[in-house]
This record gives sequence, structure tokens and C-alpha cells, in this order.
Amino acid sequence: MNRGDFPILNQDNMIYLDNSATTLKPKCVIDKMLDYYEKYTSNIHRGEYDNAIKSNKEYDEVRNLVREFINAKSSEEIIYTSGATEALNMVVFGFFKNILSTGDEVLTTKSEHASNILPWLVLKEQKNIQVNYIPLDDNYELTLENILKSITPKTKVISIAHISNVIGDIRDIEEIGKICKEKNIYFVVDAAQSVSHIPIDVEKSNVSFLAFSAHKMLGPTGVGILYGKKELLDNMKPLKYGGGMNQSFESDGEYILKETPTKFEAGTPPIAEVIGLGEAIKYVMTLGVDKIHEHEYKLKKYLVDELEKIPNVVVYNKNSKSGIVAFNIRGVFSQDTAIYFNHYNIAIRAGNHCAKMLKDNLNINNTCRISIYLYNTKEEIDKVIEILKNSQDIFKVVI
Amino acid sequence: MDKNIRREIILDHYQNPVNRGLVNDNSYIYQNTRSESCIDNIDMQLKYEDGIIKDIVFDGEACAICTSATSILIKTLIGKSLNQAKTIIENYKNMINEKEYDEKLLEELIVYDEVYMQPNRKMCALLPSNAIDKILQIIDQKSKD
Repeated sequence: MNRGDFPILNQDNMIYLDNSATTLKPKCVIDKMLDYYEKYTSNIHRGEYDNAIKSNKEYDEVRNLVREFINAKSSEEIIYTSGATEALNMVVFGFFKNILSTGDEVLTTKSEHASNILPWLVLKEQKNIQVNYIPLDDNYELTLENILKSITPKTKVISIAHISNVIGDIRDIEEIGKICKEKNIYFVVDAAQSVSHIPIDVEKSNVSFLAFSAHKMLGPTGVGILYGKKELLDNMKPLKYGGGMNQSFESDGEYILKETPTKFEAGTPPIAEVIGLGEAIKYVMTLGVDKIHEHEYKLKKYLVDELEKIPNVVVYNKNSKSGIVAFNIRGVFSQDTAIYFNHYNIAIRAGNHCAKMLKDNLNINNTCRISIYLYNTKEEIDKVIEILKNSQDIFKVVI
Repeated sequence: MDKNIRREIILDHYQNPVNRGLVNDNSYIYQNTRSESCIDNIDMQLKYEDGIIKDIVFDGEACAICTSATSILIKTLIGKSLNQAKTIIENYKNMINEKEYDEKLLEELIVYDEVYMQPNRKMCALLPSNAIDKILQIIDQKSKD
């Protein structure tokens, strides 16, 4: 789909299949940011000249676009962050640190990204809470049944990825949200891998907090979003203090902060990047998130079906419904496989993909990951299949 | 060196490395080494006695270059004195980092003389030598104590 919109794809024969790490950028996003830098660079807040007024307007409008994109109730529930990682840290240390106490339980899974486990483990040290893992099924996926089995009277939070970043299983956040509502549990969703891959509706899913990064959805690096229910955000403390987020401060130590969401946005934000994110959202909304998902899953399924015919390739997640394929060539270290792919100008990723606990389930430390997005084609997947079919000579290429 | 012979030696040491498997023996000095930039992760143990490196073993997960370099380094260093080992490692590092080195000292390690052509693999080749380096420093320190 829409390959012509992506300048990087026009310059060489690179096959880009590392979209879970970051996505390519369409020209409209690049141009929109360039426009800010070339035509109206200025800081936001209180600028009384034309360019500053324009910056402010462009910057503020994105909040409403995000609201519409994830169906939040109001744009006050949208906070600009530096990315999903910062957003999740804000939730853990700005909100839950103040309300959880000894013995309270946070449920997560072993297939989470570091940014949705490490903050909890640090909070566990600080507040003596419990962090427990909902068991994954035989396909390394999270099921509603296992969630229900894992919930105890102590469970205060369920914190999971919408789509896990190695297995790529799509979690049914609408149903999980219902369970959380019924049992009075806070529901935190890491949407880094799902935003712009499948539709998100925070209202319907009863999400307490949701985090994502712009760069994984055709936008720039350095900016992300934290969504939170307004009443929760009002009780959340900022982790950063400085300009733009305060009403007043006096020499006697008195200070007054601004309201949600401004109180969370100290300092000059990544203005061009926020504006770029807005353009990415417009682009994705025009294409239709459903269509993107349909396209990437079709290619994923085709790839997995073909890989199953290659005896020396093992696929770890054939059932998951996203565009992610985790695999290894038998007897070959995943990094060597990634180097082999690079020889054919194909970008994939090897490693533990920041999901370092998943090894407990997979019984292997490292995998190769192919992650598909809207601009990938069947011809590209055919090339992957071809080089994996001919991988007997891999070491002639790698060494 | 002929490209095919070089590849054969590296591949042989990757698929059948010497001394894989750690030992439960306190007379060995242990060191882990891993790369910040990739996923190679190697544990090494070295036994030093009477001024000689008596044994080195390793375990871990790493790519073809890193695993084979560990194996060849082990093979090269066993039986050497502390100073000989230091000189070999210094020359090995120089070779990988495109500095002057004495190839006569490097024995089979010479198969990595073209790793510099793939800059992102230099770290893979250097990883085991960094671990040995740290162990040799520990030995040095102990002899001063």
C-alpha cells in the first residue's frame, strides 16, 4: 500500500521488515516538520507574534486529533511525552507510587517489553508491592481465561501490551477492560505495537492509562502520548517540574501548578515532532487502520504458511494475528541470521527485543523478528522466503 | 590467507568450539562479557598456576564470529605465560582495530585479519579478548597483593 509516499523506499532496493522497532516516514510527515523548521520556527505558549501563534495552534490541534484517533472523552486526557517509555514511567511513578501499598498486586506477563516491566519492578522495591505474571498459553499468548484465574483480591492493576512485541498476539482489551471494571482494577495498556496497526478505543475498553510512541506509527522519534482518564490524571503527580507547567511560585516556597494536561509538560516540548505526529495520525486515519491490519496480517499469514514448508526454519508465533513473525533458522544464532538478511538488503531484527523474560517460556534467549507494515509487499515476502529456502550456505555469506 | 580456508577454520571453531562448558572449580577465575550493541553473551573461566595459563573454558550464546574467536583464543592462550598472553591479546586487539601488529604471534587468530572490513562485527571478535583481559588484570592484582 502507498509505497510511493515513503521517500526512503524510492531510493534503493531495501526491504524494510523491522517495523516493530520503528516505522518509515511518509513524505507528508517529513514535509510537515520541515515546514515548521523552515517557515515558522517559534516556541509555543504566550508568543504574541504570528509564527508563535501558528506554532501554538498547530501544536494544540494535535491533542484533539489524538483524542479522536483513540476515542478519548476529551483532549485534556492526552499528554505529550517523549515516547511510550516515558509515558509508562509517569503512570508507575507519578500515579501508582502514590496509591499502591504493601501487598497490593500488579499483574503483567512475561512477554512484556522492558518499559512495561522494569518500572513495576522498581516500584516493587520501593513500595513492597507484588508483581505477578499471568501465565501465557501454549502459543505464548495471553488468554482471558488465564487473566481471570490470576486475579486475586489483592490485584489492583493489570498492565499489559495491547500487542506483544515478539509474539505479536493481540490482547482483547475490550473484554479485559470489562473484567477490570467489574473487579475495580486499574487497566494500563502499552499500545506501542498496536497503535496504527489495529483500532483503539479507550472509552469502550475502559482503559485507565494508555501509552504509545509516534515513531512506531509513521511519525517522528522523540514524541509519544500518554492517555489517562481525566480524574486519574488529576490525581497523578508530574515527574518533571519547570517552565510552562506552573501557575506561580514564590520565594516563600509556595507554588501552584497548572491543570491537566499542562502540568505534565514542563519545558519546551518537541514541537516539530508533535506537529509531525498529527500529520501521521491524519495519514493513518485516511488510509484506515482496519485496512492496514488486514494487509499486514494477510502478508504475515502467507509468510508463516510458506515458512512452515522449510524444514530448518522454526516459527514461534504462527497463530498470532498481527504482522509480527518470530523465528530462527535451526542451529544458527539469530544475529548471524540478521547479518545474512542484511547481505540481501533486508532489514530484520535479532535479539530478545527487550522482552527478556519471554525466554522462560520460549526456552530460547534470542529470536529473529520480521515485522510487517502497510508498505510491505508480497514480492518482498517472497524474497524472504527465497533466501530462507536457500540458507544452507548462510555461513558463506556471514563469515 | 585464502578466503575459503579462513571460513572453514572459523566455521569449524563455531560449530565445534574447544572447551565449551563451565567447571565447578574455585581455582578458576570467572568473568562474564557481553556486548552493549549486540546480543553476544559469554562466560569464561581461566585457571592460572605456576606462572602458566593451565586451562580456559567458556559457555554462552554468541554469533559465529564471537563464538569461534572465543574458541581460537582459548586454544592459543592455554600453556602461555602471563606476559605472553598479554602480548598476544594486545596484538590481537591491534589487528582487529586496524593498528600495527605482529602476525607471527597470533597463530590461528590470524583468521580474523579482515574483520575490520565489517565494522559492526569488530565487537564480536573482541568480546572474548575483553574477558581474558579482565581476568589477566585480576591475576596481576593478586600477584601484587
